[in-house]
Amino acid sequence: MRMTMAERILARAASKSSVKPGEFVTATIDKFMCHEALAAVYGNLKKYGFKSIKNPENLIVALDHYSPASTVRASEIHKIVRTAVKDLEVKYFYDTNAGVGHQLMVEKGHALPGELIISSDSHTCMYGALGAASCGVGFAEMTYALCTGVLWFKVPETVRFILKGKLPPLVSSKDIILMIAGRYSSSVALYKSVEFVGPLLEELSIESRMTMSNMAVEIGAKFGFFPTDSLTKAYLAGKTETDWEDITYDQQAKVYKEYEINADDLSPQVALPHSVDRVVSIEDIDHIAIHQAVLGSCTNGRMEDLETAADLMKGKKVHSNVRFYVVPASMDIYREALRNGVLGILVESGASILNPGCGPCFGAHMGLLASGERCVSSTNRNFRGRMGSDNAEVYLASPATVAASALKGYIADPRD
Amino acid sequence: MEEIRGKVWLFPDNIDTDLIVPGQYLDAPVQEIMQHVFESIRPDFAKTISKNDIIIAGVNFGCGSSRENAASVLKELGIGCVIAESFGRIFFRNAIAIGLPVLTCRDVAQNFSEGDLATVEVKNAAINNTTKSISLTGNCLSEEMINILEKGGILEYLADKGDESV
Repeated sequence: MRMTMAERILARAASKSSVKPGEFVTATIDKFMCHEALAAVYGNLKKYGFKSIKNPENLIVALDHYSPASTVRASEIHKIVRTAVKDLEVKYFYDTNAGVGHQLMVEKGHALPGELIISSDSHTCMYGALGAASCGVGFAEMTYALCTGVLWFKVPETVRFILKGKLPPLVSSKDIILMIAGRYSSSVALYKSVEFVGPLLEELSIESRMTMSNMAVEIGAKFGFFPTDSLTKAYLAGKTETDWEDITYDQQAKVYKEYEINADDLSPQVALPHSVDRVVSIEDIDHIAIHQAVLGSCTNGRMEDLETAADLMKGKKVHSNVRFYVVPASMDIYREALRNGVLGILVESGASILNPGCGPCFGAHMGLLASGERCVSSTNRNFRGRMGSDNAEVYLASPATVAASALKGYIADPRD
Repeated sequence: MEEIRGKVWLFPDNIDTDLIVPGQYLDAPVQEIMQHVFESIRPDFAKTISKNDIIIAGVNFGCGSSRENAASVLKELGIGCVIAESFGRIFFRNAIAIGLPVLTCRDVAQNFSEGDLATVEVKNAAINNTTKSISLTGNCLSEEMINILEKGGILEYLADKGDESV
């Protein structure tokens, strides 16, 4: 039976031999991730009188959005979460020192190929880089799914991006996904599953793939898959004792649409305010002075990203007008970057190293922008008001572009 | 579900959930968020909304963050339903899950002006612009979605079933 990756996983999760797009299924969820949302979920359990959750060993909880708590309200929410994890007998709880929930799901071996995973945050699709069907839900659906172990899904159509060519130096997977958003719009994959396939995959590390899967939601997608391969196997080695199966894509399976993407002549891309699909090539940017630069988040806060920035910034100084914040996506990455000298290089250049977490990304914690300010960021959204003032501007870019811009004081081409 | 009758609020394409619930109020109680809904683009919204008013929008309404309070705050403000050409899928699911009726309908935004009066019959996806005398039919929701909406939300639906595990 020819099935897309989404169809294959939903069929398995719904105990059916096959499913087709448009069909509604009730699917068993393999793993759940909650951040501070567990406080709301716990509140729901109490409100509706649901006594327990079905499989607490499949629930991973991570405090990441307000780490550390920046307001008393946030701290009270964390207190509720700490009570909840004990009460619900949660096995995997990552407190405010551990990192972004999505990063912990992948680096701690919680997200595995072929699994159906939901979390209380929209960038859950990131685990698609490991071949998992993963998407975000709200509090009510998370509560329902934790109690019952299942959730309804509409089987999506699939949009496939065939990646070819070779990435030029200092151009990365972030530039690919921004280019896709810019060329095809932020609703190109609306309600659909995305498969990233093709010969270029051999050159895309798992970390690079995570950047693209992470941003699948920004083009409207439900899932953002990469098929598994030897790189997936190497990544997962030692991270999990659970058996998992390869999940490949079926070239013959019927998809809604295919797009060919050639990376050969790709240049660094920038998403202009206030929309992820307002994308231009760096050559087409006039002089745009910046006040802040952010390197981090579940999108681009991994070792590869920090190393890229360190390579460009070694021995150089951040521009005096720029506040440069580096937010490693997890404490493991932070530790490694400390050991291998990467953090040291960034600190010497003038970066402020923030603790692992969501940080400035969502405009409610720290590193906020004042009216009239501009920030270039490796994060995933640049909606109006996203990082603070409604009258601030956020430009999305790759780690290399962020680093080059932090040095120059304006949005700069890392290749110069 | 009863027919919904109300005044139309028209929105363009790609209205993201950060516009509905600005980031700094993300963890605030719904009562507090209510005052700031759409603050950056329609500061009059929260103050002048009436019960059963209807939001009509273009493509990708509710895109972006999965914040459920984007749906719940609209419900709390009294919005009767949201009809759009298309939705950010997480917002769509959240709306159903908390009992806010949502419908998709092709070209809906082209058939309404701000302030028009509309009636909506959710089960049949029947949408009427009573000011302009235009009748549209949107895409019907699934049976399960209708059942959830009729109970007032997915947790009400679950509590009613009286069975915590399937």
